[in-house]
Amino acid sequence: MSEKVVIDPVTRIEGHLRIEVLAEGDQITDAWSQTTQFKGVEIVLRGRDPRDAWAFAQRICGVCTVVHAIASIRAVEDALAYPVPKAADIIRNLVLGSQMVQDHVIHFYHLHALDFVNVAKVPEADVDAAVAAAVALEPNYALNSVGRFQAVQDQVRRILESGQLSIFTNGYWDHPDYRLSPEVDLIAVSHYLDALVWQRDMIRINTIFGGKNPHPNFLVGGMASAINMDNELTINQVKLDQLQALVERTLTFVQDVYLPDVVAILGGYPDYLDIGRSSPNFLAVGKGVYNCAGYPAPPNGFRPGVILDGKLEVVDLDLDRIKEFATSGWYRYPQEGIGLQPWDGETEPQYTGPVPPYEWLADNERYTWSKAPRYDGRAVQVGPMPRLLSAYVQGEAETRDDLDPLLRQFGATPEQLNSTAGRILARAVEAVQIARQLQGWLDDLVTAITSGDDRTFNPDKWEKETWPTESKGVGFAEVARGTLSHWVRVNDGFIENYQAVVPSTWNGCGRATEQLGPYEQALVPHPLLRPEQPLEPLRTIHSFDPCQSCGIHVLDVSGAEVAWAQVQ
Amino acid sequence: MIIPDSDLWVVGDETLGEHLQRRGVSRRSFLQFCAGVAGVLAAGPMAAGRAHAAPTAASIADSLASMTKPVLVWLQLQECTGCMESVLRSGATTVEELILNLVSMDYNELLMAAAGTAADEALAAANAQEHILVVNGSVPLKQDGVFTTIAGRSAEAILRESAEKATAIFAVGACAHWGCVQASRPNPTGAVGVDRVITDKPVVNVAGCPPVPEVITASLVYTLVNGTPPPVDGQGRPLFAYGDRIHDFCPKRGRFDAGQFVRTFDDEGARRGYCLYEVGCRGPDTFAPCPILRWNLAQDWPIGAGHPCIGCTEVGFYDRFTPFYEVLPDLKAPGTGVEADATTVGLVGLAAVGLGVAAHAGATAVQEHRARTAAEKVFLPLVGEVPTRDLRPDAGAGPPAQQPAPQPPEAGTEKEDDR
Repeated sequence: MSEKVVIDPVTRIEGHLRIEVLAEGDQITDAWSQTTQFKGVEIVLRGRDPRDAWAFAQRICGVCTVVHAIASIRAVEDALAYPVPKAADIIRNLVLGSQMVQDHVIHFYHLHALDFVNVAKVPEADVDAAVAAAVALEPNYALNSVGRFQAVQDQVRRILESGQLSIFTNGYWDHPDYRLSPEVDLIAVSHYLDALVWQRDMIRINTIFGGKNPHPNFLVGGMASAINMDNELTINQVKLDQLQALVERTLTFVQDVYLPDVVAILGGYPDYLDIGRSSPNFLAVGKGVYNCAGYPAPPNGFRPGVILDGKLEVVDLDLDRIKEFATSGWYRYPQEGIGLQPWDGETEPQYTGPVPPYEWLADNERYTWSKAPRYDGRAVQVGPMPRLLSAYVQGEAETRDDLDPLLRQFGATPEQLNSTAGRILARAVEAVQIARQLQGWLDDLVTAITSGDDRTFNPDKWEKETWPTESKGVGFAEVARGTLSHWVRVNDGFIENYQAVVPSTWNGCGRATEQLGPYEQALVPHPLLRPEQPLEPLRTIHSFDPCQSCGIHVLDVSGAEVAWAQVQ
Repeated sequence: MIIPDSDLWVVGDETLGEHLQRRGVSRRSFLQFCAGVAGVLAAGPMAAGRAHAAPTAASIADSLASMTKPVLVWLQLQECTGCMESVLRSGATTVEELILNLVSMDYNELLMAAAGTAADEALAAANAQEHILVVNGSVPLKQDGVFTTIAGRSAEAILRESAEKATAIFAVGACAHWGCVQASRPNPTGAVGVDRVITDKPVVNVAGCPPVPEVITASLVYTLVNGTPPPVDGQGRPLFAYGDRIHDFCPKRGRFDAGQFVRTFDDEGARRGYCLYEVGCRGPDTFAPCPILRWNLAQDWPIGAGHPCIGCTEVGFYDRFTPFYEVLPDLKAPGTGVEADATTVGLVGLAAVGLGVAAHAGATAVQEHRARTAAEKVFLPLVGEVPTRDLRPDAGAGPPAQQPAPQPPEAGTEKEDDR
């Protein structure tokens, strides 16, 4: 007799996700991934000025915060055949790259670590032993000190003794599968606090160019932050010096602390290299931060493509094989069970679930606000792991150099990256790679400026009179959670239709083409010792870095009856 | 790197002041922390001076030292998590100080360890006692609330349960304030702000998409210090942060008055840091502390980084302020130093506020409070119509209305003082 288990809310994610599973003994036997929030931003975008679209699309998600704006301006620039100055391209990469490194770090420490780190054991730690272990692991990090660790331990102890546990209330602290030593728990909690301080500082790379974060400002046709080395209000030497310092601090933390912490913590959970295996199909159009107007062209050292059926070779991407299905989603399609390519998509929200409050959704054929994208009929994973796996399979030198020692250390094969631990490890390695690249982009920017190539905006296509009457465009970006694309049709100066195909739709979707979505596949089968304390499935769900606000959208590319008319 | 040397006090027979004394923390260094809080609260000097004396470091210290830890419930309804991310960026009262030292945040989906049933039980336990309630996100009312459910319950049900025993309610961010992007035309899910659902208690609207990080945390600390939420303007926004317009304290105001404008991005004016009014800046119609506090440890702010303000602290900015890059039509002549007639503007503004207040039938205390604060404030008319946030089934149906064409200042009269 199987037991019904509901995890709702799935906490420490962006957005609203509900997981329903069936469990027998200590194993999960079936799973449903249910996105329970819908906003309809694409509907709101209809009829707007395409130059404004980024500011709407950006608000799809405030954790990614940069990525939808980038994909949006790329899509609009593709539609308007709008070239962008080189310096603006570099600046966009600096903004997207710094946000992505920050995102990965926040995900690990603040959204994921408590699945592995037991805060309640911190008071038992021997502070001197913890310092010795931390210094051995991370010799360059100054805050691995007795004073710091002691202060953190005292702080945790007082919270626990006070009985007012704040964010630690009702955690699964007595779960037997917390395996780290109290010393490692203390190190991790100390770095949890350090990472909060670090992210506030390094994100100022966003602020220098975009004015604020979350939700920095962007501009179709370039970037608004003008460069003038002889003015006090523009990008000048002071700003470049600040950027240099911020880029250095960004790299130092991920290289000296984040990646070593990930390796140390996963060292306590090596079996998670065999738990959480999901779909053997992977999609990546570039390494992290790659973004483009129009279809992805092969950038240096990376071939956009798919890995299919676990066969470790990269097959060229055929965008016509991407189709979205509404089999399990609360949408109405013209022909049930027939997928649609994004340009031809036609979707109307149509809720058929129970009126809230409800107890169980999985008995319904439709159970989520996410549609289900498929590549050639297959459920596909996107994200840092698929990107790194693709780069590795292609023989990309940096990725080989970064991954090989780690795979050796864990005694793991590249195939085992398709696992809960593999996704965590890949995200940390990618953070280090992008943090290195930030320095490269900053150097490129300085070179561009000193060689006189300092335009940040192209005015040629700004005015509507210069636009074609009718056009369509697509923008791609490899962002924190995977491959993102925005699709826009512009008619007579206004947006006719808009669609976002987003990473958390790929990963977090439900059933279609007789396949489970990637979250669902990762949970079947899966250990679950205590149904009332679903610690193990949370580890695996979190390894995808769910971002469910991104995973909801509606499109009506064909110009048929507007979806929102049916929503009422 | 600066690591806050924060510590906790034990709830029960020890106050924070006693705890700090025992821990060897001098009143002097405690005062330094409080001075930081006082600095944030003093951000709107004109507004605060009129309506409420800005607390001093000493008075904050006295108040904080005698407290024990209040319970905080922090909901995230229909939203994007950008407001919680903003909280993570606060450099005044940091998030770790807030949730580990000042309050016990027993429910918040982004940061809490527990999930599922355990999280839901934590919420029920917190709801059962007096608590401070913070809400991110709007409430989608159409179709019985199916557009956002948490633990199988609608966002509206979750909000009502948590508001019942709340001693103070903060709607943080544009979604909780009025619905933000998802409430913009045609508002597909019927999204509304918190004060359209909770009408029997005052709701403080910490406005912005997202709000400035330090303003979010200072709104809470203000309440902890004073024992009452901060005074607000006609839209429920704290005066300490929303008392004045961007335009009033913009460092480019001198450029505006001198008629020195960016005409297109990255032109000669942009490279000299000129005023962004002519490329669409909404600063003249936007009440926000951005130019004073700036963003991300005071690194910079949107106008400082060369992009016009999009007016994200104002109700309906996605409809009333778009297209974003068109010039605001309402402003009088740059160069005169006086860009609008205060009497006219005040009448229009009050009429708009009156509509909003009328919707709050039954919330007498709230009405009176808002009417009073509104009378003290001057609102500029906004671009486009004033949104009524109508929830009738046909509300918002039909094609988007034409935006009013931007009105260039009339030659001869408007530009005569353009220098």
